[in-house]
Order: sequence, then structure tokens, then C-alpha cells
Amino acid sequence: MRAFTRLAAVAAPIDLPNVDTDRIIPARFLRKPKNPEYGRFLFHDVRFNADGSEKPDFVLNRPAYRSAQVVVAAENFGCGSSREMAVWALEAFGIRAVIAPSLGDIFHQNCFKNGLLPVILPVAAAASLRGQLHEIPGASVVVDLEAQTVTAPDGAVHRFDVDPFRKRMLLTGQDEIALTLGHETEIGAFEARHAREMPWLVTD
Amino acid sequence: MTARPRGTVFEKIWSSHVVTEGPGGHVLLYIDRHLLHEGSTHAWERMARNGSRMRRPDLSFATADHYVLTTPGTPTADAETRKMVESLTRHTTEQGVTFFGVGDDRRGIVHVIGPEQGLTLPGILLVCGDSHTATHGAFGCLAFGVGSTEVEHVMITQTLWQKKPKSLRVTVDGRLGFGVTAKDVILAIIATIGAAGGVGHVIEYAGTVIRAMTMDQRMTVCNMSIEAGARAGMVAPDETTFAYLEGRPFAPKGELWARALAYWKTLPSDLDATFDREVTLDGTEIAPTVTWGTSPQDALPITERVPDPARAADATRRESMERALAYMGLTAGIPLTEITVDRVFIGSCTNSRLDDLRAAAQVVKGKRAVVPAWVVPGSGLIKRAAEAEGLDRVFRDAGFEWREAGCSMCVGMNGETARGGERVASTSNRNFEGRQGQGARTHLVSPAMAAAAAVTGRLTDVRTLRG
Repeated sequence: MRAFTRLAAVAAPIDLPNVDTDRIIPARFLRKPKNPEYGRFLFHDVRFNADGSEKPDFVLNRPAYRSAQVVVAAENFGCGSSREMAVWALEAFGIRAVIAPSLGDIFHQNCFKNGLLPVILPVAAAASLRGQLHEIPGASVVVDLEAQTVTAPDGAVHRFDVDPFRKRMLLTGQDEIALTLGHETEIGAFEARHAREMPWLVTD
Repeated sequence: MTARPRGTVFEKIWSSHVVTEGPGGHVLLYIDRHLLHEGSTHAWERMARNGSRMRRPDLSFATADHYVLTTPGTPTADAETRKMVESLTRHTTEQGVTFFGVGDDRRGIVHVIGPEQGLTLPGILLVCGDSHTATHGAFGCLAFGVGSTEVEHVMITQTLWQKKPKSLRVTVDGRLGFGVTAKDVILAIIATIGAAGGVGHVIEYAGTVIRAMTMDQRMTVCNMSIEAGARAGMVAPDETTFAYLEGRPFAPKGELWARALAYWKTLPSDLDATFDREVTLDGTEIAPTVTWGTSPQDALPITERVPDPARAADATRRESMERALAYMGLTAGIPLTEITVDRVFIGSCTNSRLDDLRAAAQVVKGKRAVVPAWVVPGSGLIKRAAEAEGLDRVFRDAGFEWREAGCSMCVGMNGETARGGERVASTSNRNFEGRQGQGARTHLVSPAMAAAAAVTGRLTDVRTLRG
């Protein structure tokens, strides 16, 4: 997994609350292999017209935001389906961090697994950030995971909480499966005890 | 045996599955059951590339539901979807996972067949790479959806790192009125707490209304927990739960059944257990409910009118309502019962079980569908059982299509979608933009309300039909 440490990049504002993962990547693309074109699936049906041309009003199609590596969203971004492809599509487009007042629980977890940093900021802080990004299209923010801060275009510094376990994994880019396999002894011991205590769960 | 855990049903299950504690409050949890469908293809492929083996293929069970066509006699639509099904077949065979494939009557929607086969049991921890895994919580187990990387993690380690969520108890007391169903209850709950209301929480559903429900109905309620933002929803097990499970193929038998039963009876939340949040609804007040917008929280009693964005609490809500009404092609102020529909879909992991089909058939009997209407049973076994009761005849005689089991038009991954601009009365769980097809407009309803819409061609208060 790619590590995340500190990022200074253009940020794009998305004001709509409850942006669901069907909107982030429609279901018909989920069977597609992860290839260099994967970023095109991102927000496909609200980003492109039926003939494949861009909808000029969509935020990521506007020249100032095309190079965005950060999305600043509203409440409950990434709600709905568990499709990890929503994160893959964001990542393929070049997004490395999503900032919002709240995120769908499964989407939130999926971000951590793909080196993409989810940042939860208070409603007012996220709204202020989006406001500045509208006012100064193409403005940059700084997201610093070590310091746990987001620096807004106006210089305001917003501190955020992040789980220490997830922070360490992201900072080092460590593979979670390898980490877990290091606990083989505990897993084996638990498995044996569990089978004794709840023998009806054994299937054979 | 170690001391019996205390607290809520959720806390009891959580603490009995902790393998080890990690940093920052994360724990490694043991997974008792892992359900798989074609969506696991990406995880299988990564494993194949790395030469990984599953730790406990005997605790994993697979079925083909998302990509299989529900047209009788036609398994898949094209090469791409066929590849998804073939990949699942190949990998489950190679790794030794029980697979309910095409041609097997036990095949069906993953959240329908888990309980039907007795794989879903009280007190267990169950995961699946699908957000509607919360359905299984109806049996008093902890069940939640995971992403593709977590699917692979479970395959290889039979565990997951998780941080303990908060608890929310939703109590629905009173008694449901005539024509009001489990679907109306969960839509009313989501409308009350909002689409983000349960984020970071596990919901326990309680109260006299939930207690009086059958297992099929409890599954409908738990199924849509994710539409309220909660990764898991559950109902404490009781005699209804045990009666449903006894004799199911994978449920314990004989002496093991007796031992399991004794344990399951200790699971309900202790009387002095506390929850981080509590919400109470009066079941008597709930009416047949429909959605008018593009989030499941946009739900209202059928007796209401399309809401006016001008009356929204703030600018953000107003803009979001305006956008929803534009997408849905609706005008503020019109009665919901004046909305005509182009198509009806009865099915999905929310509402494709025998109770659902019976409720719909009761409304349809002796009438004619005036718009295209599909019935997609949740499993091959449900289809058979419904046919044994003659429900298929009721639907066919009324002009409905009686189809094979699968996810079908709930998500349209298999190619079964509504056309752009088409308005669908649907018993599924999501009314998101484009969910049932690009430009398709979804109104979420109960099976009885979907049947009523099919025979009238508009959203209809089912209570006025039955009178």
C-alpha cells in the first residue's frame, strides 16, 4: 500500500450531502479490471454526457480543479454500497485525501486500505474550506497526517483526529494482512478455544 | 468456560470474538461465517497472484446473485458478466468453498440464502463484501459489510481489525396498523434519524412491533440499517428466531442444538445495559411509506404531498431537495398518490422472501397489472415454495413476470435495468440517482405497496385498495 505522509495539493469542493458510492462509480463499471482508464469511471454519469463529452459544470471538469488531489465534501460522503471501487476510482483520478464532516462507514474503512486519507472535520470547518475553494478556484490545501492538520487556503489550521492504528499503517504504507499473519499464534489459540466453547459453529 | 459477557447483545458478541487487542482501541475479531458472491472476484485474483490460500474455506459459503440474469433459462447477459460468475465458480472449487451455483435451487441472493440454509446463527460474527450484510443481524448476530481488501483479509486470516462502534437502540412500540409492514417501519426509522443518523453505530431494534415480526420481516428492517448509515443492525434472538432455525440444513442438530439454544438464550441485552443513543418511534403512527427523492431518508407517508424545497430548514437541504426533485421529475405540492409509475420491481435482499411475495400476491389477486411488473424471488427454494402455494399463478394471471432468483433490478449489475426517465415502484433498498439504471427514477415501497402500484399504475395507498 502507498504511504501517506503530507500532501500540498489543489482541492475540489463537492457541496452535495449524501454522495453515494453508486454516484462515485456506477454499478456497470464494477466488473471492469483496474487499468489505466479506471479514473474515467469516477463520477461517470454526472461527469460525462451520453456521447462521452464532459459536462463543463461538473467540478472536476473545470480547468482549475482538474489536477485536484483532495476532495472536500459534505455530510455522509461515500454512503451506500460497500464497493471499494469507489476508492479505486478516486485514487485512479489522482485523489489522495477526502475531507468531510462525516463519511459512510465502509467507504471510510476502504480509504485506509488504499493509501487514501479520510479526514473528518467539523461541519463548519468543512463548509469554510469549501467556501474558500469556490472563491479561489484551484487553491491548494495542505494535509499533514503526522501533525494531524489541514491548512486551508486562508492559512487557518484545522486539527483532525485519526485512529493511531490507522495513522501508523498509512504513514508506513504497511500491509495489513502481513501484520495480521504476525498474530498467527493468537489466532490459532482463539480458534481452538472458540471451537470448544461453540462446537455448533464447526461445519463438516 | 470463561465468565459470560454482560451488556447489550452487540457487546456480548463483540467481546466473545476478540482474538487480540491492537493499538488505538482496535481489536482483531474472529469471523465465524464469510459469505461470498461474484463481487469477490477482485479479491480472488489478488490471492491467485500472490499464491495465497484461504485459512478456513469451510467457514466460507458462496453464491452467484449479482451478475446472474433472472430471465428463465439464461444465466448471464454477456462475456463480462459470464466471466464474473465463472471466476467465482473456479476459485471456490480451487479453494474448497461450498458454492451454490446456477442450477442449484439453493442459489439465491446471498442475504436470503444465508439464513435459509441455517448458516446465519445467533451470536456469530458474519461478514460479506456487501453493504446489506446487516440483514443477518435479524438473528441476533453481528453482521456487517466489508470492502474488497477486507474480503481478502478474511479469506487469508479469518479475522478483521475493527474499532468498536457506538450503540444505538431504536425502539418501535405500539402496534402496526392495517396495511403497514416492516418496510414502512424501516423507511420511517430512516426518515426519522436520517441517512447519516447511524454512522459509526450498531443499531439494536427493539420494542413490541419488532418482537411481533416474523424473521422475514425482521430481516427487512435490519437489511436497511446501512441506509441509515449503520454498518450493522440487529434484533435480539427469541423463540421466533429459534423456531425459524430449527431443522435448517446447516443449523446445529441434536445435542449441539440444545447447547447452542442454551447459549443463544443468554444473548439478549441485559436489562441494565446502556446504549450510547436511544430513539423511540410509535409504531401505531407509521403509515404505508414511499420515497419521493434520491436518498432513502426522503420518505413520507403515502397520504402526504411531494415536499416543497422552499420550506427546507437550510440552503444546503433546499439545494439537495431541488436537485432530487429535478432528477425525479416531480413538482412540489402534488399528492404522492398522483405520481404515475412505468414499472414495478418486487425483489431484492430487502423484500424477496416468502412473506413478501405473499403480501404482494394478496393485493394482486384477481387484478391486472397495468404496467410492466417483475417478481424476482430471493432464492430458488423461495421460488419453489411460492409455486407450491400457487403464488406464481396469482402473479402470472395478473400479467406479472415470474422470474429466477437474483439481485436483478435492485442494482442492475447483470444488465437488468430500467430505462432513463422510467419511474419504478421498487421494493429494493436504494433510490440513488442511476441506481436502477442511468436516469431511472426509483420510489422505494413495501411489497404490498408495489403490488398496489402495479395494478393502478400510480403510487397508491394499499389500504384504499383492500377496503
